[in-house]
Amino acid sequence: MNKIETHNVNLHYGDFHALKGISMSIVENSVTALIGPSGCGKSTYLRLFNRMNDLISSVKIEGDILVEGKDIYERGVDVDELRKKVGMVFQKPNPFPKTIFENIAYGLRVNGIKDKAFIEERVERSLQQSALWGEVKDKLKKSAFELSGGQQQRLCIARALAIEPTVLLMDEPASALDPISTTKIEELIYELKNQYTIIIVTHNMQQAGRVSDRTAFFYMGELIEIDETKVIFTNPKNVRTQNYITGRFG
Amino acid sequence: MRKRITKFLEKIIESLLLISGTFTSVIVLLIILFLFKEGAGLFTNTPMEKGNVVALNKANQVNELTPAQFKNIFDQKIKTWKEVGGSSDSIKLFRVDDIASFYTEDQIGSNFEHLGACINDHISKTPNIIAFFPTEYAATGFQGKLVKLKNITIGSFITDKEWFPTAQPVAQFGVLSLILGTLWVSFAAILFALPLGLATAIYLAEIADSRVRNILKPLIELLAGIPSVVYGFFGLVVIVPLIKTIFNLDVGETALAGSIILGIMALPTIITVSEDALRTTPRAMKEASLALGASKWQTIYKVSIPYSASGITAGAILGIGRAIGETMAVLMCTGNAAVIPHTLLQPVRTIPATIAAELGEAAQGGLHYKALFALGCILFIITFFINLAVEMISSKHRGGKHI
Repeated sequence: MNKIETHNVNLHYGDFHALKGISMSIVENSVTALIGPSGCGKSTYLRLFNRMNDLISSVKIEGDILVEGKDIYERGVDVDELRKKVGMVFQKPNPFPKTIFENIAYGLRVNGIKDKAFIEERVERSLQQSALWGEVKDKLKKSAFELSGGQQQRLCIARALAIEPTVLLMDEPASALDPISTTKIEELIYELKNQYTIIIVTHNMQQAGRVSDRTAFFYMGELIEIDETKVIFTNPKNVRTQNYITGRFG
Repeated sequence: MRKRITKFLEKIIESLLLISGTFTSVIVLLIILFLFKEGAGLFTNTPMEKGNVVALNKANQVNELTPAQFKNIFDQKIKTWKEVGGSSDSIKLFRVDDIASFYTEDQIGSNFEHLGACINDHISKTPNIIAFFPTEYAATGFQGKLVKLKNITIGSFITDKEWFPTAQPVAQFGVLSLILGTLWVSFAAILFALPLGLATAIYLAEIADSRVRNILKPLIELLAGIPSVVYGFFGLVVIVPLIKTIFNLDVGETALAGSIILGIMALPTIITVSEDALRTTPRAMKEASLALGASKWQTIYKVSIPYSASGITAGAILGIGRAIGETMAVLMCTGNAAVIPHTLLQPVRTIPATIAAELGEAAQGGLHYKALFALGCILFIITFFINLAVEMISSKHRGGKHI
């Protein structure tokens, strides 16, 4: 079943045509990797699904973007509600300057949840889901800045999970991390795909190969090819895809 | 060879920079030193005009009086010697002009040649007298007792409420009402300016699109460049009559008028500093909040404002600092009555306004002059601590702090 579908999506930043007629579908409870050289539009495409591009004033979007069959760019769509359903993890760990506990509780609190027991339970569950509970359970009242970079990124994942999204967008989530932390994040993605539809932007070919079920190759704002990951990596149809994954450019 | 010349030139430029740095620092230090030296002179003097004395009958037990007691005696608020530590008899005041009611013109002499003798005679005959007269008449064979007037102390300077720098026979230098007036007007100004300034800063930093900001920001900065006398004039012509009508007062020159003008003057500082602080909130942190389903407003008050709280506080304190030191506009709008204000609708007098208004008429080197410098010292100390507070708040390390 398709969780997300886009039909002929075009996006302009002012005069710059950043996404050119992109149509693709994303399968529920799977990991889709978006790859391509810098500036190819993959992050821009990812940010369509929680409408993060709205923050840029010069942006213009055409086409249909459907999440669970509903056009999220229709008039009257509640963007805050959409973002609760479509969580996001950013390239650099960006915890709030608050305690570990408050970082996770933030999403619940802004959604009007005040029940203390419920919040505590949800914080614990999210930290367990992101495999961080064992490391931080004794220092929940400590600043999130005391954690290492890898721990901070898993904290950000836990923070996104706490409000129970169904889609998780990950924008190069391991690019600022060391190899061991990267492995942990990848293991985590593998765990999470049973419950979440995950879209991950990555520069790391091996990472895309390890974690994703399907891979989409973007080039100059166009979707060149999307297929099963093993097909893309072993038998791509397009020569540009082949050149990119074998490292001949990009 | 060429390289050596360049090196030499560089050395010269370096030392020139060093000299200008040193020169500026020395000038600043000298000014502060001058201020405190002149101000300190007040506390080594008695507040009586030079060339005058105050004398009592020999039998009187009182030897010393404070400036405030002196004033109250001559204002007839203290009526018996008991109140200043003497007998229970009532006090008889005597000024040199009163001599004519005790002695005839013949006795005094046509050129006042016997005036000293008459005064001497009168004092020795009147047990409960307190006499104030020029020193020259107490020269030879004087039988009275000269009273020692206590020096002004720092404590009484700060805590006394009466500011009559030119009063006779004893000037009163109590600056409490001036200090309170200054703080009162300044804090009321911040009460007006902070909500307005903060709202504008949030609007500029978070909401306004770049076109609006490009118009508004220079306009607000322009506000800082208007001379304060223009603000004062505006206050005098517009705000003062407005307050007079609205509150149905006899005079519109009140603390409120000064506060409003000062508030407007402090606005650019508060807005610019707070807006800069709000803009330092990392974009990543705001995006994280939005991505969690927080609305724009939740993001502003749960992330941006707490993150920039120290900068906003610094802006507010700098605004207070600007208001405390402001002279001209306040001088024109507040009515300048040296009384402790109880409501915003009373006239007040601030320290800078006092200095500006009175320095011209104070004799150089005189007590009044020194008292004004001491006032300057107080102002300096207040603003020094304000700047210190700003420095401490804004140098706090951002990364590790909690919001």
